[in-house]
Amino acid sequence: MKRSKKIEESFFKVLMVIATYSILAVLALIMYSIFAKGIKAMSWEVLTTVPSGGYYYGKGGGILNAILGSLSLAFGATLLAFLIGLPVALYINVFLVRYKNAVRMIRFILDLVWGIPSIVYGAFGFSMMILLGIQTSLLAGTITVTLFILPIMIRSMDEILRTVPIGLSEAAYSLGSNKSELAFKIFTRQTISGIITAILLSFGRGIGDAASVLFTAGYTDNLPNSLMEPVATLPLSIFFQLSSPVPAVQDRAYASALVLTLIILLVSLFSRGLGKRYHKTKINF
Amino acid sequence: MMLDMEMNKIHIENLNVFAGRQQILKDININIPKNKITVILGPSGCGKTTLLKCMNRLTDLYPELKVTGKVLINDKNVLDPHADIVTLRQYMGLLMQRPYPLPMTIYNNIAYGLKLRGVKSRRDLHKQVMHYLQLANLWDEVRHRLREPASRLSIGQQQRLCLARGLAVNPEIILADEPTSALDPISSQYIETKFTELKNDYTIVLVTHVLRQARRIADYVVFMYLGEVIEQGTVEEVFGNPKMEKTKQYLGGTFN
Repeated sequence: MKRSKKIEESFFKVLMVIATYSILAVLALIMYSIFAKGIKAMSWEVLTTVPSGGYYYGKGGGILNAILGSLSLAFGATLLAFLIGLPVALYINVFLVRYKNAVRMIRFILDLVWGIPSIVYGAFGFSMMILLGIQTSLLAGTITVTLFILPIMIRSMDEILRTVPIGLSEAAYSLGSNKSELAFKIFTRQTISGIITAILLSFGRGIGDAASVLFTAGYTDNLPNSLMEPVATLPLSIFFQLSSPVPAVQDRAYASALVLTLIILLVSLFSRGLGKRYHKTKINF
Repeated sequence: MMLDMEMNKIHIENLNVFAGRQQILKDININIPKNKITVILGPSGCGKTTLLKCMNRLTDLYPELKVTGKVLINDKNVLDPHADIVTLRQYMGLLMQRPYPLPMTIYNNIAYGLKLRGVKSRRDLHKQVMHYLQLANLWDEVRHRLREPASRLSIGQQQRLCLARGLAVNPEIILADEPTSALDPISSQYIETKFTELKNDYTIVLVTHVLRQARRIADYVVFMYLGEVIEQGTVEEVFGNPKMEKTKQYLGGTFN
Protein backbone atom coordinates (compact mmCIF):
# COMPACT_ATOMS: atom_id res chain seq x y z
CA MET A 1 0.00 0.00 0.00
CA LYS A 2 2.64 2.44 1.10
CA ARG A 3 4.94 1.27 -1.66
CA SER A 4 2.39 1.87 -4.41
CA LYS A 5 1.82 5.38 -3.08
CA LYS A 6 5.51 6.02 -3.32
CA ILE A 7 5.67 4.79 -6.90
CA GLU A 8 2.70 6.95 -7.80
CA GLU A 9 4.37 9.96 -6.25
CA SER A 10 7.65 9.50 -8.07
CA PHE A 11 5.87 8.75 -11.36
CA PHE A 12 4.03 12.08 -11.32
CA LYS A 13 7.08 13.91 -10.13
CA VAL A 14 9.12 12.58 -13.06
CA LEU A 15 6.27 13.54 -15.39
CA MET A 16 6.27 17.11 -14.13
CA VAL A 17 10.04 17.38 -14.30
CA ILE A 18 10.11 16.13 -17.89
CA ALA A 19 7.33 18.50 -18.95
CA THR A 20 8.96 21.49 -17.30
CA TYR A 21 12.48 20.95 -18.59
CA SER A 22 11.46 19.95 -22.10
CA ILE A 23 9.45 23.13 -22.53
CA LEU A 24 12.31 25.18 -21.09
CA ALA A 25 14.67 23.47 -23.54
CA VAL A 26 12.45 24.33 -26.50
CA LEU A 27 12.22 27.97 -25.41
CA ALA A 28 15.98 28.12 -24.93
CA LEU A 29 16.44 26.67 -28.40
CA ILE A 30 14.22 29.36 -29.92
CA MET A 31 16.11 32.09 -28.10
CA TYR A 32 19.43 30.55 -29.11
CA SER A 33 18.56 30.35 -32.78
CA ILE A 34 17.37 33.96 -32.85
CA PHE A 35 20.52 35.14 -31.08
CA ALA A 36 22.91 32.97 -33.04
CA LYS A 37 21.54 33.91 -36.43
CA GLY A 38 20.65 37.46 -35.52
CA ILE A 39 24.02 38.41 -34.04
CA LYS A 40 25.71 37.33 -37.26
CA ALA A 41 23.78 39.85 -39.32
CA MET A 42 23.68 42.51 -36.63
CA SER A 43 25.69 45.63 -37.24
CA TRP A 44 25.57 49.31 -36.55
CA GLU A 45 24.47 49.83 -40.15
CA VAL A 46 21.51 47.48 -39.77
CA LEU A 47 20.30 49.35 -36.73
CA THR A 48 20.79 52.90 -37.97
CA THR A 49 19.99 53.01 -41.68
CA VAL A 50 17.01 52.39 -43.87
CA PRO A 51 17.09 49.89 -46.76
CA SER A 52 18.98 51.20 -49.76
CA GLY A 53 18.26 50.23 -53.33
CA GLY A 54 18.73 46.50 -53.77
CA TYR A 55 18.56 45.85 -50.04
CA TYR A 56 16.38 42.81 -50.54
CA TYR A 57 18.96 41.34 -52.91
CA GLY A 58 21.69 41.58 -50.33
CA LYS A 59 22.94 45.13 -50.74
CA GLY A 60 23.47 47.65 -47.95
CA GLY A 61 21.04 49.27 -45.61
CA GLY A 62 19.23 48.44 -42.41
CA ILE A 63 15.95 48.11 -40.62
CA LEU A 64 15.69 51.49 -38.91
CA ASN A 65 12.46 52.07 -40.84
CA ALA A 66 10.91 49.00 -39.21
CA ILE A 67 12.30 49.72 -35.73
CA LEU A 68 11.00 53.28 -35.62
CA GLY A 69 7.81 52.29 -37.42
CA SER A 70 7.04 49.52 -34.95
CA LEU A 71 7.84 51.71 -31.96
CA SER A 72 5.70 54.62 -33.09
CA LEU A 73 2.84 52.35 -34.04
CA ALA A 74 2.96 50.37 -30.80
CA PHE A 75 3.35 53.47 -28.62
CA GLY A 76 0.42 55.15 -30.34
CA ALA A 77 -1.79 52.09 -30.10
CA THR A 78 -0.87 51.43 -26.46
CA LEU A 79 -1.59 55.03 -25.51
CA LEU A 80 -4.97 54.97 -27.26
CA ALA A 81 -5.87 51.60 -25.79
CA PHE A 82 -4.89 52.82 -22.31
CA LEU A 83 -6.94 56.00 -22.61
CA ILE A 84 -9.97 53.97 -23.64
CA GLY A 85 -9.26 50.88 -21.58
CA LEU A 86 -8.66 52.36 -18.13
CA PRO A 87 -12.06 54.10 -17.94
CA VAL A 88 -13.74 50.92 -19.17
CA ALA A 89 -12.03 48.75 -16.55
CA LEU A 90 -12.80 51.27 -13.80
CA TYR A 91 -16.39 51.58 -14.96
CA ILE A 92 -16.85 47.82 -14.76
CA ASN A 93 -15.32 47.59 -11.29
CA VAL A 94 -16.68 50.70 -9.62
CA PHE A 95 -19.95 51.63 -11.30
CA LEU A 96 -21.22 48.38 -12.77
CA VAL A 97 -20.03 46.09 -10.01
CA ARG A 98 -23.55 45.96 -8.52
CA TYR A 99 -24.96 44.51 -11.71
CA LYS A 100 -23.37 41.10 -11.64
CA ASN A 101 -25.03 39.81 -14.81
CA ALA A 102 -24.02 42.82 -16.88
CA VAL A 103 -20.44 42.52 -15.63
CA ARG A 104 -20.35 38.80 -16.38
CA MET A 105 -21.66 39.51 -19.88
CA ILE A 106 -19.06 42.22 -20.56
CA ARG A 107 -16.24 40.03 -19.33
CA PHE A 108 -17.47 37.17 -21.48
CA ILE A 109 -17.58 39.38 -24.58
CA LEU A 110 -14.12 40.79 -23.88
CA ASP A 111 -12.69 37.30 -23.43
CA LEU A 112 -14.30 36.36 -26.71
CA VAL A 113 -12.79 39.26 -28.64
CA TRP A 114 -9.45 38.62 -26.92
CA GLY A 115 -9.48 35.24 -28.63
CA ILE A 116 -10.18 36.54 -32.13
CA PRO A 117 -7.08 36.04 -34.33
CA SER A 118 -5.29 39.25 -35.22
CA ILE A 119 -5.68 38.62 -38.95
CA VAL A 120 -9.41 39.13 -38.43
CA TYR A 121 -8.71 42.52 -36.86
CA GLY A 122 -6.51 43.23 -39.87
CA ALA A 123 -9.31 42.32 -42.24
CA PHE A 124 -11.78 44.41 -40.25
CA GLY A 125 -9.39 47.38 -40.26
CA PHE A 126 -8.94 46.96 -43.99
CA SER A 127 -12.68 47.00 -44.65
CA MET A 128 -13.05 50.10 -42.47
CA MET A 129 -10.29 51.78 -44.48
CA ILE A 130 -12.12 51.10 -47.71
CA LEU A 131 -15.31 52.43 -46.17
CA LEU A 132 -13.62 55.64 -45.00
CA GLY A 133 -11.35 55.94 -48.02
CA ILE A 134 -8.06 55.78 -46.10
CA GLN A 135 -4.89 54.23 -47.53
CA THR A 136 -2.57 51.89 -45.70
CA SER A 137 -0.99 54.20 -43.20
CA LEU A 138 0.41 54.66 -39.70
CA LEU A 139 -3.03 55.92 -38.66
CA ALA A 140 -4.92 52.90 -39.98
CA GLY A 141 -2.35 50.51 -38.51
CA THR A 142 -2.44 52.26 -35.13
CA ILE A 143 -6.22 52.14 -34.93
CA THR A 144 -6.32 48.47 -35.92
CA VAL A 145 -3.66 47.50 -33.39
CA THR A 146 -5.52 49.56 -30.77
CA LEU A 147 -8.64 47.50 -31.39
CA PHE A 148 -6.59 44.31 -31.28
CA ILE A 149 -4.94 45.08 -27.92
CA LEU A 150 -7.96 46.74 -26.26
CA PRO A 151 -9.49 43.51 -24.92
CA ILE A 152 -6.07 42.50 -23.57
CA MET A 153 -5.63 45.90 -21.93
CA ILE A 154 -9.11 46.03 -20.45
CA ARG A 155 -9.24 42.47 -19.17
CA SER A 156 -5.78 42.57 -17.59
CA MET A 157 -6.64 45.83 -15.81
CA ASP A 158 -10.03 44.40 -14.91
CA GLU A 159 -8.47 41.33 -13.32
CA ILE A 160 -6.17 43.45 -11.17
CA LEU A 161 -8.95 45.89 -10.21
CA ARG A 162 -11.05 42.95 -9.07
CA THR A 163 -8.49 42.24 -6.38
CA VAL A 164 -9.24 45.51 -4.58
CA PRO A 165 -10.95 44.39 -1.36
CA ILE A 166 -14.48 45.60 -0.73
CA GLY A 167 -13.32 46.91 2.66
CA LEU A 168 -11.23 49.54 0.90
CA SER A 169 -14.26 50.69 -1.09
CA GLU A 170 -16.27 50.82 2.13
CA ALA A 171 -13.55 52.88 3.80
CA ALA A 172 -13.39 55.33 0.92
CA TYR A 173 -17.17 55.66 0.65
CA SER A 174 -17.51 56.21 4.37
CA LEU A 175 -15.11 59.15 4.09
CA GLY A 176 -17.49 60.72 1.60
CA SER A 177 -15.86 59.76 -1.69
CA ASN A 178 -18.08 59.48 -4.69
CA LYS A 179 -17.61 56.76 -7.28
CA SER A 180 -15.24 58.58 -9.60
CA GLU A 181 -13.00 59.56 -6.69
CA LEU A 182 -13.00 55.96 -5.58
CA ALA A 183 -12.11 54.90 -9.12
CA PHE A 184 -9.40 57.39 -9.99
CA LYS A 185 -7.88 58.10 -6.57
CA ILE A 186 -8.15 54.80 -4.72
CA PHE A 187 -8.50 51.95 -7.21
CA THR A 188 -5.78 53.21 -9.55
CA ARG A 189 -3.34 53.82 -6.68
CA GLN A 190 -3.96 50.46 -5.11
CA THR A 191 -3.41 48.63 -8.41
CA ILE A 192 -0.80 50.85 -10.07
CA SER A 193 1.78 48.10 -10.50
CA GLY A 194 -0.80 45.81 -12.09
CA ILE A 195 -1.98 48.59 -14.38
CA ILE A 196 1.59 49.18 -15.56
CA THR A 197 1.93 45.46 -16.22
CA ALA A 198 -1.30 45.53 -18.24
CA ILE A 199 0.00 48.44 -20.33
CA LEU A 200 3.30 46.74 -21.05
CA LEU A 201 1.68 43.40 -21.79
CA SER A 202 -0.53 45.14 -24.35
CA PHE A 203 2.49 46.96 -25.76
CA GLY A 204 4.30 43.67 -26.18
CA ARG A 205 1.35 42.10 -27.98
CA GLY A 206 0.91 45.16 -30.18
CA ILE A 207 4.52 45.49 -31.27
CA GLY A 208 4.90 41.81 -32.03
CA ASP A 209 1.86 41.29 -34.19
CA ALA A 210 2.22 40.96 -37.95
CA ALA A 211 -1.25 40.04 -39.20
CA SER A 212 -3.09 43.10 -37.94
CA VAL A 213 -0.66 45.50 -39.64
CA LEU A 214 -0.28 43.55 -42.88
CA PHE A 215 -3.19 45.21 -44.68
CA THR A 216 -3.50 48.32 -42.57
CA ALA A 217 -0.04 49.80 -41.98
CA GLY A 218 1.45 48.52 -45.21
CA TYR A 219 5.22 48.62 -45.60
CA THR A 220 7.76 51.16 -46.69
CA ASP A 221 11.49 51.65 -46.82
CA ASN A 222 11.10 55.18 -45.51
CA LEU A 223 11.12 56.34 -41.94
CA PRO A 224 7.68 57.08 -40.53
CA ASN A 225 6.99 60.74 -41.24
CA SER A 226 3.25 61.16 -41.42
CA LEU A 227 0.14 59.57 -39.96
CA MET A 228 -1.27 59.17 -43.43
CA GLU A 229 1.76 57.40 -44.95
CA PRO A 230 2.42 53.65 -44.82
CA VAL A 231 4.81 52.55 -42.13
CA ALA A 232 7.21 49.61 -41.78
CA THR A 233 7.04 47.24 -38.83
CA LEU A 234 9.46 44.69 -37.41
CA PRO A 235 7.20 41.63 -37.74
CA LEU A 236 6.63 42.40 -41.41
CA SER A 237 10.30 43.14 -41.96
CA ILE A 238 11.01 39.64 -40.65
CA PHE A 239 8.39 38.27 -43.01
CA PHE A 240 9.66 40.08 -46.11
CA GLN A 241 13.34 39.38 -45.47
CA LEU A 242 12.76 35.73 -44.76
CA SER A 243 10.88 35.49 -48.06
CA SER A 244 14.03 36.56 -49.89
CA PRO A 245 16.05 33.84 -51.60
CA VAL A 246 19.30 35.57 -50.60
CA PRO A 247 20.85 34.01 -47.45
CA ALA A 248 22.37 37.34 -46.30
CA VAL A 249 18.91 38.91 -46.34
CA GLN A 250 17.44 35.94 -44.50
CA ASP A 251 20.03 36.43 -41.79
CA ARG A 252 18.93 40.03 -41.44
CA ALA A 253 15.44 38.74 -40.77
CA TYR A 254 16.90 37.19 -37.64
CA ALA A 255 18.51 40.48 -36.77
CA SER A 256 15.03 42.03 -36.93
CA ALA A 257 13.69 39.22 -34.77
CA LEU A 258 16.51 39.83 -32.31
CA VAL A 259 15.69 43.54 -32.11
CA LEU A 260 12.01 42.76 -31.56
CA THR A 261 12.89 40.23 -28.85
CA LEU A 262 15.19 42.70 -27.13
CA ILE A 263 12.51 45.41 -27.17
CA ILE A 264 10.06 43.04 -25.53
CA LEU A 265 12.71 41.92 -23.04
CA LEU A 266 13.44 45.53 -22.11
CA VAL A 267 9.75 46.25 -21.73
CA SER A 268 9.30 43.30 -19.36
CA LEU A 269 12.29 44.26 -17.25
CA PHE A 270 11.09 47.85 -17.14
CA SER A 271 7.60 46.77 -16.07
CA ARG A 272 9.01 44.62 -13.30
CA GLY A 273 11.14 47.50 -12.08
CA LEU A 274 8.24 49.93 -12.10
CA GLY A 275 5.96 47.39 -10.49
CA LYS A 276 8.41 46.96 -7.61
CA ARG A 277 8.83 50.67 -7.22
CA TYR A 278 5.14 51.43 -6.96
CA HIS A 279 4.40 48.35 -4.94
CA LYS A 280 5.33 50.11 -1.74
CA THR A 281 2.27 52.37 -1.59
CA LYS A 282 0.03 49.39 -2.19
CA ILE A 283 -1.66 48.11 0.93
CA ASN A 284 -1.49 44.38 1.45
CA PHE A 285 -4.74 43.17 2.84
CA MET B 1 -28.80 56.38 34.67
CA MET B 2 -31.75 57.85 32.83
CA LEU B 3 -31.52 58.31 29.11
CA ASP B 4 -33.36 61.30 27.82
CA MET B 5 -35.12 60.10 24.69
CA GLU B 6 -35.13 63.59 23.26
CA MET B 7 -31.41 63.30 23.04
CA ASN B 8 -31.44 60.50 20.52
CA LYS B 9 -29.13 60.78 17.58
CA ILE B 10 -30.19 57.90 15.38
CA HIS B 11 -33.70 56.48 15.05
CA ILE B 12 -34.10 53.17 13.35
CA GLU B 13 -37.69 52.33 12.45
CA ASN B 14 -39.03 49.04 11.09
CA LEU B 15 -35.76 48.16 9.45
CA ASN B 16 -35.82 44.93 7.46
CA VAL B 17 -33.01 43.50 5.37
CA PHE B 18 -33.40 40.60 3.00
CA ALA B 19 -30.77 38.66 1.11
CA GLY B 20 -32.79 36.79 -1.46
CA ARG B 21 -35.33 34.78 0.52
CA GLN B 22 -33.40 34.94 3.73
CA GLN B 23 -34.23 37.73 6.12
CA ILE B 24 -31.10 39.07 7.78
CA LEU B 25 -32.68 41.81 9.92
CA LYS B 26 -36.21 41.54 11.22
CA ASP B 27 -38.19 44.65 12.09
CA ILE B 28 -35.47 46.53 13.93
CA ASN B 29 -36.49 49.52 16.06
CA ILE B 30 -33.69 51.22 17.95
CA ASN B 31 -33.04 54.69 19.31
CA ILE B 32 -29.40 55.48 19.68
CA PRO B 33 -28.66 58.16 22.29
CA LYS B 34 -26.48 61.15 21.62
CA ASN B 35 -23.00 61.39 23.16
CA LYS B 36 -23.16 57.87 24.53
CA ILE B 37 -21.54 54.61 23.58
CA THR B 38 -24.17 52.26 22.26
CA VAL B 39 -22.98 48.69 22.00
CA ILE B 40 -24.67 46.32 19.60
CA LEU B 41 -24.01 42.95 21.12
CA GLY B 42 -24.66 39.48 19.86
CA PRO B 43 -23.11 36.27 18.55
CA SER B 44 -21.51 36.08 15.10
CA GLY B 45 -23.97 36.05 12.22
CA CYS B 46 -26.76 37.80 14.11
CA GLY B 47 -26.80 40.78 11.73
CA LYS B 48 -24.82 43.27 13.80
CA THR B 49 -22.52 44.30 10.99
CA THR B 50 -25.38 44.52 8.50
CA LEU B 51 -27.22 46.80 10.91
CA LEU B 52 -24.19 49.04 11.14
CA LYS B 53 -23.80 49.12 7.37
CA CYS B 54 -27.44 50.18 7.01
CA MET B 55 -26.65 53.29 9.01
CA ASN B 56 -24.28 54.71 6.39
CA ARG B 57 -25.79 52.74 3.55
CA LEU B 58 -22.74 50.68 2.73
CA THR B 59 -25.41 48.09 2.00
CA ASP B 60 -25.44 49.71 -1.44
CA LEU B 61 -22.28 47.79 -2.19
CA TYR B 62 -24.03 44.47 -1.78
CA PRO B 63 -26.55 44.13 -4.59
CA GLU B 64 -28.07 41.01 -3.06
CA LEU B 65 -29.34 43.00 -0.05
CA LYS B 66 -32.81 44.55 -0.06
CA VAL B 67 -33.35 47.12 2.68
CA THR B 68 -36.69 48.54 3.84
CA GLY B 69 -37.62 50.83 6.72
CA LYS B 70 -36.09 54.03 7.97
CA VAL B 71 -32.78 55.09 9.44
CA LEU B 72 -33.17 58.69 10.58
CA ILE B 73 -30.11 60.76 11.35
CA ASN B 74 -30.80 64.43 12.10
CA ASP B 75 -34.32 63.74 10.79
CA LYS B 76 -32.96 62.72 7.41
CA ASN B 77 -33.69 59.24 6.18
CA VAL B 78 -30.41 57.67 5.12
CA LEU B 79 -32.24 54.94 3.23
CA ASP B 80 -34.12 57.40 1.03
CA PRO B 81 -32.76 56.72 -2.46
CA HIS B 82 -32.81 60.47 -3.15
CA ALA B 83 -30.82 61.31 -0.04
CA ASP B 84 -27.43 62.91 -0.59
CA ILE B 85 -25.63 59.85 0.67
CA VAL B 86 -22.12 61.24 0.09
CA THR B 87 -22.81 64.09 2.54
CA LEU B 88 -24.73 61.87 4.95
CA ARG B 89 -21.81 59.47 5.14
CA GLN B 90 -19.61 62.34 6.29
CA TYR B 91 -21.75 62.61 9.41
CA MET B 92 -20.36 59.22 10.31
CA GLY B 93 -16.82 57.98 10.75
CA LEU B 94 -16.37 54.27 10.20
CA LEU B 95 -13.89 52.00 11.94
CA MET B 96 -13.82 48.46 10.62
CA GLN B 97 -12.83 45.04 11.92
CA ARG B 98 -9.45 45.49 10.39
CA PRO B 99 -7.82 48.66 9.19
CA TYR B 100 -8.11 49.54 5.52
CA PRO B 101 -5.68 52.44 5.09
CA LEU B 102 -5.88 54.17 1.73
CA PRO B 103 -3.04 53.30 -0.68
CA MET B 104 -1.18 56.55 -0.11
CA THR B 105 1.08 58.24 2.43
CA ILE B 106 0.23 58.55 6.11
CA TYR B 107 -0.26 62.29 5.65
CA ASN B 108 -2.55 61.87 2.67
CA ASN B 109 -4.67 59.27 4.44
CA ILE B 110 -5.82 62.08 6.72
CA ALA B 111 -5.66 64.84 4.12
CA TYR B 112 -7.87 62.85 1.75
CA GLY B 113 -10.97 63.26 3.91
CA LEU B 114 -10.07 66.85 4.76
CA LYS B 115 -9.90 67.70 1.07
CA LEU B 116 -13.27 66.05 0.46
CA ARG B 117 -14.61 68.26 3.23
CA GLY B 118 -13.29 71.31 1.40
CA VAL B 119 -10.13 72.12 3.35
CA LYS B 120 -7.84 73.61 0.72
CA SER B 121 -4.92 75.66 2.01
CA ARG B 122 -1.74 73.75 2.79
CA ARG B 123 -1.42 75.37 6.18
CA ASP B 124 -4.90 74.35 7.26
CA LEU B 125 -4.34 70.87 5.93
CA HIS B 126 -1.11 70.54 7.82
CA LYS B 127 -2.58 71.85 11.05
CA GLN B 128 -5.57 69.57 10.88
CA VAL B 129 -3.63 66.46 9.89
CA MET B 130 -1.54 67.04 12.99
CA HIS B 131 -4.61 67.66 15.12
CA TYR B 132 -6.39 64.46 14.13
CA LEU B 133 -3.26 62.34 14.40
CA GLN B 134 -2.85 63.71 17.92
CA LEU B 135 -6.48 62.98 18.65
CA ALA B 136 -5.88 59.33 17.75
CA ASN B 137 -2.66 59.20 19.79
CA LEU B 138 -0.61 58.52 16.69
CA TRP B 139 1.20 61.81 16.14
CA ASP B 140 4.29 61.10 18.24
CA GLU B 141 4.89 57.81 16.46
CA VAL B 142 4.53 59.10 12.92
CA ARG B 143 5.52 62.77 13.03
CA HIS B 144 8.82 62.06 11.28
CA ARG B 145 7.42 59.65 8.71
CA LEU B 146 4.32 61.41 7.42
CA ARG B 147 5.44 60.92 3.80
CA GLU B 148 5.83 57.18 4.15
CA PRO B 149 3.18 54.86 2.74
CA ALA B 150 0.56 53.96 5.32
CA SER B 151 1.17 50.29 4.55
CA ARG B 152 4.40 50.44 6.58
CA LEU B 153 2.57 51.05 9.85
CA SER B 154 1.76 48.19 12.20
CA ILE B 155 -1.82 46.94 12.36
CA GLY B 156 -2.46 48.76 15.64
CA GLN B 157 -1.07 51.99 14.20
CA GLN B 158 -3.08 51.50 11.02
CA GLN B 159 -6.27 51.17 13.05
CA ARG B 160 -5.49 54.41 14.89
CA LEU B 161 -4.75 56.01 11.52
CA CYS B 162 -8.19 54.88 10.35
CA LEU B 163 -9.70 56.40 13.48
CA ALA B 164 -7.89 59.69 12.81
CA ARG B 165 -8.98 59.56 9.18
CA GLY B 166 -12.58 58.96 10.19
CA LEU B 167 -12.51 61.82 12.69
CA ALA B 168 -10.98 64.14 10.09
CA VAL B 169 -14.17 64.29 8.05
CA ASN B 170 -15.67 65.90 11.16
CA PRO B 171 -18.46 63.41 11.80
CA GLU B 172 -21.03 63.51 14.58
CA ILE B 173 -21.22 59.76 14.84
CA ILE B 174 -18.58 57.06 15.01
CA LEU B 175 -19.57 53.64 13.71
CA ALA B 176 -17.22 50.91 14.84
CA ASP B 177 -17.46 47.31 13.71
CA GLU B 178 -15.46 45.12 16.12
CA PRO B 179 -12.59 47.60 15.80
CA THR B 180 -10.35 45.75 18.21
CA SER B 181 -10.77 42.22 16.90
CA ALA B 182 -7.54 42.30 14.86
CA LEU B 183 -5.55 44.17 17.49
CA ASP B 184 -3.27 43.16 20.31
CA PRO B 185 -4.51 43.84 23.88
CA ILE B 186 -2.58 47.10 24.26
CA SER B 187 -3.82 48.57 20.99
CA SER B 188 -7.33 47.39 21.89
CA GLN B 189 -7.18 49.16 25.21
CA TYR B 190 -6.01 52.29 23.42
CA ILE B 191 -9.08 52.26 21.22
CA GLU B 192 -11.44 51.57 24.13
CA THR B 193 -9.98 54.37 26.23
CA LYS B 194 -10.16 56.68 23.25
CA PHE B 195 -13.83 55.89 22.76
CA THR B 196 -14.71 56.76 26.34
CA GLU B 197 -12.92 60.10 25.81
CA LEU B 198 -14.52 60.73 22.46
CA LYS B 199 -18.10 60.20 23.58
CA ASN B 200 -18.21 63.74 24.94
CA ASP B 201 -18.09 65.00 21.38
CA TYR B 202 -19.40 62.10 19.37
CA THR B 203 -22.18 59.54 19.36
CA ILE B 204 -20.57 56.15 19.21
CA VAL B 205 -22.09 52.92 17.92
CA LEU B 206 -19.90 49.92 18.62
CA VAL B 207 -20.54 46.43 17.31
CA THR B 208 -18.95 43.65 19.31
CA HIS B 209 -19.42 40.09 20.43
CA VAL B 210 -17.06 40.55 23.36
CA LEU B 211 -19.08 40.72 26.57
CA ARG B 212 -16.32 42.19 28.68
CA GLN B 213 -15.73 44.96 26.19
CA ALA B 214 -19.42 45.83 26.20
CA ARG B 215 -19.50 45.85 29.99
CA ARG B 216 -16.40 48.06 30.15
CA ILE B 217 -17.45 50.86 27.85
CA ALA B 218 -21.16 50.67 26.98
CA ASP B 219 -23.77 53.15 28.14
CA TYR B 220 -26.57 51.62 26.16
CA VAL B 221 -26.78 48.03 24.99
CA VAL B 222 -28.71 46.44 22.13
CA PHE B 223 -28.68 42.66 22.26
CA MET B 224 -29.32 40.94 18.96
CA TYR B 225 -29.89 37.35 18.03
CA LEU B 226 -30.69 35.86 14.60
CA GLY B 227 -31.55 39.20 13.06
CA GLU B 228 -33.81 40.38 15.83
CA VAL B 229 -33.35 42.83 18.66
CA ILE B 230 -33.98 40.71 21.75
CA GLU B 231 -33.43 43.37 24.33
CA GLN B 232 -32.20 46.93 24.61
CA GLY B 233 -31.60 49.32 27.46
CA THR B 234 -28.95 50.97 29.55
CA VAL B 235 -25.96 48.88 30.46
CA GLU B 236 -27.26 48.56 34.01
CA GLU B 237 -30.61 47.28 32.79
CA VAL B 238 -29.31 44.77 30.28
CA PHE B 239 -26.33 43.48 32.23
CA GLY B 240 -27.76 43.94 35.71
CA ASN B 241 -31.26 42.77 35.21
CA PRO B 242 -31.85 41.12 31.83
CA LYS B 243 -35.49 40.42 31.11
CA MET B 244 -35.28 38.01 28.23
CA GLU B 245 -34.20 34.39 28.49
CA LYS B 246 -31.84 34.63 25.49
CA THR B 247 -30.05 37.62 26.99
CA LYS B 248 -29.59 35.83 30.30
CA GLN B 249 -28.16 32.83 28.49
CA TYR B 250 -25.72 34.91 26.42
CA LEU B 251 -24.56 36.90 29.42
CA GLY B 252 -24.24 33.76 31.46
CA GLY B 253 -22.27 31.92 28.81
CA THR B 254 -24.80 29.11 28.56
CA PHE B 255 -25.80 30.04 25.05
CA ASN B 256 -26.46 27.36 22.47
